[in-house]
Amino acid sequence: MTAKEGSASLSAIQIDALREVGNIGAGNAAIALSQMVDKKVDLSVPKASLQPLVCIPELVGGPETPVAGVYLNIAGDCSGSILLLLEKESAESLAALMVPHDLAAGAEMGVVKRSALQETGSILSGAYLSALGQLTGLFFKPSVPGFAMDMAGAIMDYVLVDLGSAEEHVLVVETDFTVSGVKILGHLILFPDLGTLATILQRLGVPLE
Amino acid sequence: MSEVVNVGVAELKTGSNSCVLASFGLGSCVAVAMFDPFKKIAGLAHVMLPESRGKEPPEGANGKFADLAVPTLVEELCQIGARRNRLKCKIIGGAQMFEIPGVQKRESSLGPPAHIGARNVEAVKNELEKLRIPLIGEDTGGNYGRTVKFDSSTGEVEVSSINHRRTVL
Repeated sequence: MTAKEGSASLSAIQIDALREVGNIGAGNAAIALSQMVDKKVDLSVPKASLQPLVCIPELVGGPETPVAGVYLNIAGDCSGSILLLLEKESAESLAALMVPHDLAAGAEMGVVKRSALQETGSILSGAYLSALGQLTGLFFKPSVPGFAMDMAGAIMDYVLVDLGSAEEHVLVVETDFTVSGVKILGHLILFPDLGTLATILQRLGVPLE
Repeated sequence: MSEVVNVGVAELKTGSNSCVLASFGLGSCVAVAMFDPFKKIAGLAHVMLPESRGKEPPEGANGKFADLAVPTLVEELCQIGARRNRLKCKIIGGAQMFEIPGVQKRESSLGPPAHIGARNVEAVKNELEKLRIPLIGEDTGGNYGRTVKFDSSTGEVEVSSINHRRTVL
């Protein structure tokens, strides 16, 4: 994606800086995840972009697509929220890797698996935030995450309301991870409160005009 | 197959001629489905927040605030030929999607988001009562998302979700 499409007024160099944060965060997250599941984990960040809020459900296949979402608020020097969206199949294969012998039967995902995914969301967002913290010198404090498995639209609509006043564009960091040969695709979405994005970019040395 | 009109977040749309008004993936938002069964005229508002607090809704977002959306819906339906005293209403949505344990929301004018779904439902009901429009169907609350398809020719509302039985109001 070029800097112009869907990316408000960010330049290519600003997008690059944000993606680099993503890469460093991915490195942190891979180590943490691999310790948790005791398997080799490769994590990469193929893309980072600014997207209009309203387009988020489309990223995962439309508002009715079933997804797993892990959502948490950020406090500290800057505020905002983070949402990790995993497509249902990705979420299920990831959960199965972490909890191979789930006793819960039936179509609905058991408590242990849900909790494992919630923890994954927490680790990934924590890793990204700590990378962002190291590079900007800002302090970010993530909340305990909430978990939901439902339609993408319904999850987004909760987030929209929770945000109240926020930037109209959000930072979407695509993460690709492979756990013992199983490929999992997720979207880590950072919703900055008003002013937060400007502060972050300034600290990264690529200020908004 | 009738024409399906998508009513996105904060939008408000009306229609007749057996169109189907739909909102996909409602979470804490509330779909307000109002119709005149005699004229077969229907309108759907995709309400996001309970109160406008003196704010004007942004362009194309007449459905955003419950307190403004309901009267606007009545007005627009009457403009295209509905009779006010025949209007009936059904409401769907207002779920609580996330439970974030032990965390109070950071300072916000909206208050704790945990109750926003319920507050949306409450606000819509208040407005309906004020305008004396009978509420004849409701599928609200819970912790799951819903998709709504509202048939203007019958006034039937089909509610579907991922893990719950499909219902018709």
